[in-house]
Amino acid sequence: MSAVDTVVVPLISAEQKKRSRNVGLTFVFLGIVSGVFLAGRPGDAGFKLLDSFTFVIPSQPFARALAVVLIALGAAQLVKGFGDWTNVVLGIATASFVIGFLAWAASGGSFSFTGMLQDTVTRSVPIILGAIAGILCERSGVINIAIEGQLLGAAFAGAVVGSILGPWMGILAAMAMGVALSAILAVFAIKYRVDQVIVGFAINFFALGLTSFLASRVLTTHPEYNILTPFKPIALPLLSDIPVLGVALFTQTLFVYFAFIAVGIATWSLYHTKWGLRTRAIGEYPKAAGTLGVDVIKLRYRNVLIAGAVAGVGGAWWPIGIVGRFDQNITNGRGFIALAAVIFGRWKPLGALSAALVFGLAEAMQLKMSNLNTGIPSEFLLMAPYLVTLIVVAGFVGRSRGPKAAGQPYDAQ
Amino acid sequence: MNIVGKSRNLAARIARTSSFRLTILAVLSAMVVGAFIIILSDVDKLKSGDIVGAIQTVGSAYWALVIGSVGSLRAISATINSATPLILCGVSVAIAFKAGLFNIGATGQMLAGGMTSLWVGFSMNGPGIIQVPLAILAGAIGGAVFGAIPGILKARTGAHEVITTIMLNNMAAFMVLWLLKTNLFQRAERTDPISKVVTASGHLPRLFGFISDRPDLIAHAGFVVAILAVIIYWWFLQRTTAGFEFRSLGLNADASQYAGMHIKRLTVMAMMFAGAFAGLAGAAEVLGTYGYASQNFAGNIGFDAIAIALLGRSTPLGTLFAALLFGALQAGGRQMQANTDVPIDLIVVLRALIVMFIAAPLLIKAIWRIKVAPSSTGQTFRGWGS
Repeated sequence: MSAVDTVVVPLISAEQKKRSRNVGLTFVFLGIVSGVFLAGRPGDAGFKLLDSFTFVIPSQPFARALAVVLIALGAAQLVKGFGDWTNVVLGIATASFVIGFLAWAASGGSFSFTGMLQDTVTRSVPIILGAIAGILCERSGVINIAIEGQLLGAAFAGAVVGSILGPWMGILAAMAMGVALSAILAVFAIKYRVDQVIVGFAINFFALGLTSFLASRVLTTHPEYNILTPFKPIALPLLSDIPVLGVALFTQTLFVYFAFIAVGIATWSLYHTKWGLRTRAIGEYPKAAGTLGVDVIKLRYRNVLIAGAVAGVGGAWWPIGIVGRFDQNITNGRGFIALAAVIFGRWKPLGALSAALVFGLAEAMQLKMSNLNTGIPSEFLLMAPYLVTLIVVAGFVGRSRGPKAAGQPYDAQ
Repeated sequence: MNIVGKSRNLAARIARTSSFRLTILAVLSAMVVGAFIIILSDVDKLKSGDIVGAIQTVGSAYWALVIGSVGSLRAISATINSATPLILCGVSVAIAFKAGLFNIGATGQMLAGGMTSLWVGFSMNGPGIIQVPLAILAGAIGGAVFGAIPGILKARTGAHEVITTIMLNNMAAFMVLWLLKTNLFQRAERTDPISKVVTASGHLPRLFGFISDRPDLIAHAGFVVAILAVIIYWWFLQRTTAGFEFRSLGLNADASQYAGMHIKRLTVMAMMFAGAFAGLAGAAEVLGTYGYASQNFAGNIGFDAIAIALLGRSTPLGTLFAALLFGALQAGGRQMQANTDVPIDLIVVLRALIVMFIAAPLLIKAIWRIKVAPSSTGQTFRGWGS
């Protein structure tokens, strides 16, 4: 598939056929897993949806039914295929499988399903914003490996300034830090034409070292610079009254709403504005765009700096959105997960959002799963999201193709 | 090049190359920036107006850095000890770079190799002359198998190694955590994830073992393995067909394919070799430094290795020197933290600054007002694949 999204190729390539087959085989595989493995535990599983209402799923019958449906879907996919609906069917099938898995894990007990969904959305915020930052850079032809460093630096700035001047100034400081680190990336990558992966990694090291250094040299002796009250969730009127989804989506902190708005704006402007067209053009074929009068250098600078601001908000999520303080290496690799979400989501904001939610779900499940006695070691559950990503990237995304000019410095001559 | 002007004296020749001068200036620049960071973060002294005191701290911190890395036999031994896994992981990242692949997965490969060599290390009981090489070999194999996974995925499905190695790093970390709690690996009568101890005959011999009564000289024979790895890497790149094909693939994948090379096989091979070197690093840490495995015995070495390979431009000698420099910073940093109130995290900043300055020769040129040949660091990233 073309990354410019304007060229529609109606022919079915060998690649697509293979992918279609893989999807079908996955359905069958998931069906077998639920028929054999998930159907192995008798008992009812309580999904607590509201305070007053618990939805009870009998684990075994549900798993068996799921197995039949999934295998049927797999057969249909292998024989005929769902065409344009493949992704929708895949999404629904995966979601059902996750519910089946939860029913298996929780059989004989109950857990707050709504709470888990809420955690999923909360936890995906820095990944969503980091991924948007990555997309903005890469779509303009600048590889951003430095998302991790931007998130970490921004988290530090947000914590310190937020502790002294209040959370709003903290967010501003975090954005400023994100922009500053982005500026380093921009100057080195665009002006000095240094290898972008090298600069990106150097920024990650720089942010990790500097924040750890300052945290242990300054913050340990001055704890008053590292304590603030994180934002409380705000229930949106009317929307938050929707059962389940109201809590999961609309009883959240401002960070979540900002993340969703950012995805919306990014999607709309990438595909429906002059800016978006030019951005995609300089990421694919900057020479052509330059010849037609687009100021490639200036646009790259601008996009990389905007990306820094977005990542800055993502970094501020730690001190101001949830924890209320900064700790050494608080981001713990989330920036790299965001990078994975960029590629997993095929350099599209909505795709990255879905990928980020998958990772968020994994984190939320970790929190809940430790309370449930499943009999399988928790390490394997913790490993699952990474394994799923691996399989998805290998099987479904296949040869995912990024912006063609990503990583190459632009030379006007 | 003018043959008459070419000096026979190697040291003088190296000193005149622009990349050597560039490195020295980059280190100097990083130290200057680091000094500012030390002064500006001295909040209490600055508040009381004691600027002289803050500047003195810089002096004592940097002095401790030097003393702690090369100031005594003990310091040199500590430097060698820190450098050993860095050299091996540096070669791991470098060999992948040469073939146009970005191996972020050295951490995971190191964990895999460390665990396999640990298993040989505690389940055998001598003789050392057989057990140690076997355990090291097991480390290389463990790392190679784990490293082959992203290679195979890339070759067969085109999945980009940057993502797959990040995922595999995380999976390896959980796998190790689980393994350390199984009966096979967990130390008897312990409930925390910590492994059995390598048997006495399985330890890598200490490098300075011939000096009696100096248990503080912690460097071990893993350093010899690391030096051998650098030599093998050099030999492989310069003297074998596969090495030539690696370099060719790294320079231009399309041309290599056109020339009839098996790109897929080379990709898998490159990742396997990278994994093997990282696995050796894991073996060296487990068999030499610790004598057992805890949850994160790989630490940040896999990531430091990326900086090392970049700094050394992926050449065998460059990688070796970069790793020694980073090892010296690590060892000196510990001394600095002990002597002054400057935390060891400063060296992470210094490393980042060195890489940054090295990567931008134009910047160094502007700062120091010198002429530097535009020695490109080379393009390490060749797009997200097609």
